[in-house]
Amino acid sequence: MLRLDHGIGHTFGHEFVGVVHEVGPSVQHLKVGDKVMVPSNIFCGTCYFCARGLYSNSHNVNPNATAVGSIYGYSHTTGGYDGGQAEFVRVPFADVGPSLIPDWMSEDDAALLTDAVATGYFGAQLGDIVEGDVVVVLGAGPVGLFAAKSAWLMGAGRVIVIDHLDYRLAKARDFAHAETYNFAEHDDIVVLLKRLTEGLGADAVIDAVGAEADGNLLQHVTSAKLKMQGGSPVALNWAIDAARKGGTVSVVGAYGPLFSAVKFGDALNKGLTLRMNQCPVKRQWPRLFEHVRNGYLNPSEIITHRIPLEHIAEGYHMFSAKLDDCIKPIIVNDAA
Amino acid sequence: MPYTAAKPDLVPSSEELRARIPGWGVDLDPADRPSVPRMRDPEPAPGAHWTLPEQQEERWPRERSIEHMRLTPAFGTSCPPKGLSGVIRKAAYARYSEARAAHWLLLMLGDRVDMVESAVTSALRGRPDNPITETGILSEPRRHGISSRFGRNRADVKHQWLDPVIVAGPWVLAGWGAVRAARRLRRGAA
Repeated sequence: MLRLDHGIGHTFGHEFVGVVHEVGPSVQHLKVGDKVMVPSNIFCGTCYFCARGLYSNSHNVNPNATAVGSIYGYSHTTGGYDGGQAEFVRVPFADVGPSLIPDWMSEDDAALLTDAVATGYFGAQLGDIVEGDVVVVLGAGPVGLFAAKSAWLMGAGRVIVIDHLDYRLAKARDFAHAETYNFAEHDDIVVLLKRLTEGLGADAVIDAVGAEADGNLLQHVTSAKLKMQGGSPVALNWAIDAARKGGTVSVVGAYGPLFSAVKFGDALNKGLTLRMNQCPVKRQWPRLFEHVRNGYLNPSEIITHRIPLEHIAEGYHMFSAKLDDCIKPIIVNDAA
Repeated sequence: MPYTAAKPDLVPSSEELRARIPGWGVDLDPADRPSVPRMRDPEPAPGAHWTLPEQQEERWPRERSIEHMRLTPAFGTSCPPKGLSGVIRKAAYARYSEARAAHWLLLMLGDRVDMVESAVTSALRGRPDNPITETGILSEPRRHGISSRFGRNRADVKHQWLDPVIVAGPWVLAGWGAVRAARRLRRGAA
């Protein structure tokens, strides 16, 4: 729903790496031929928000909205910038956004660091995890898997991942050492989570699902299908109900600008802290580079498919319909 | 138990977790977490060599939120407004703030009109949309469409039958309307 006005002809892709083909006259730190990784956010680096580290909330890059910064290939609402699923892409503010891919880092790891890894890690950060916390991650897609993995780095005592796709839950167990549950096998996932925590609720719940959440037919159909809401708040409502009183709900699943039927009263009455944002990707990189180099995070382990650019329509359908045990496809430009 | 002040014994010891999970606790100290504090003391992002970025050339009256004080120095150029969809999009930006549902609903309407306009334009140019190759539906037979769905406890299988209805429904209705209109015109002419 954040992508409510794509504009026909808009090129998608907010997670990409590439080689510098040409630089503008003001670019000082990159040169033609450099291999770079480009964070999903477009940011100026000097506005009120960028100067304070909120790179995903830059004020100088998106005339279409003040409520969201800019993201490559996302929609007109996020600035109308073409994205990276193409032979070439325009990269504004090239001196502050992209980084050279370190010699020791694979291109696959670099590509995933441009959004999914950083966003998952950021989601765990927003959970304000302290040693021994019970952390629930809703969604075992790429962002959820990295959120679960990152929760351990921050000292979680128990990490529980919820989804309805068994193959993704298996990945959450193997890749992220998580305890997993399929919500489709339980009448009420909130009751299950309460029982798993002796009635207390989780210290932190991370919503890594966002606008297309399943698990409640009415909510899903009115939002994901009919666009009558700014996103299906099923995961967010489960997060609110499954968190303990005084706990934290972290939201990194994307929602659109329209209203949604969120159970805000429960959040109020439980004294929850709600934390959320689009991830300021580049702010995460120095620490994440260390974690990749030390082997604490292995981004490319979640890649399941490589799709040539000319077959991208089939790749999108496979990913969207969750065919062939797809978790993370990479689009490959053979012509490059 | 939550009904007393004691914290339930729900988790293994830190020593056990450190031994089992690679990197457990390396970011235990919030000071090691890169977005802590959320808003830091102001300083330019590394690499920025401007105070205010130079203004990007405005090649058409760029639509912008009325909540902005000015056209932002940089902006995307992917989809200049055109046709009826462009009129609708411009109206959404000219009159309504982001706080108004009308703003977003008009943008959604503009997007759907853009879709129809683009489909018609492509057809008139001799390159009509191809629902077989351009929707990716061929991945159904090639990527285990049936075995990926059934017997797997997937919640979405219950409503996936809606997808083709939502995609094809408006086209079927439009076609039906066009046929009826054409028949009426023919009868009127006779």
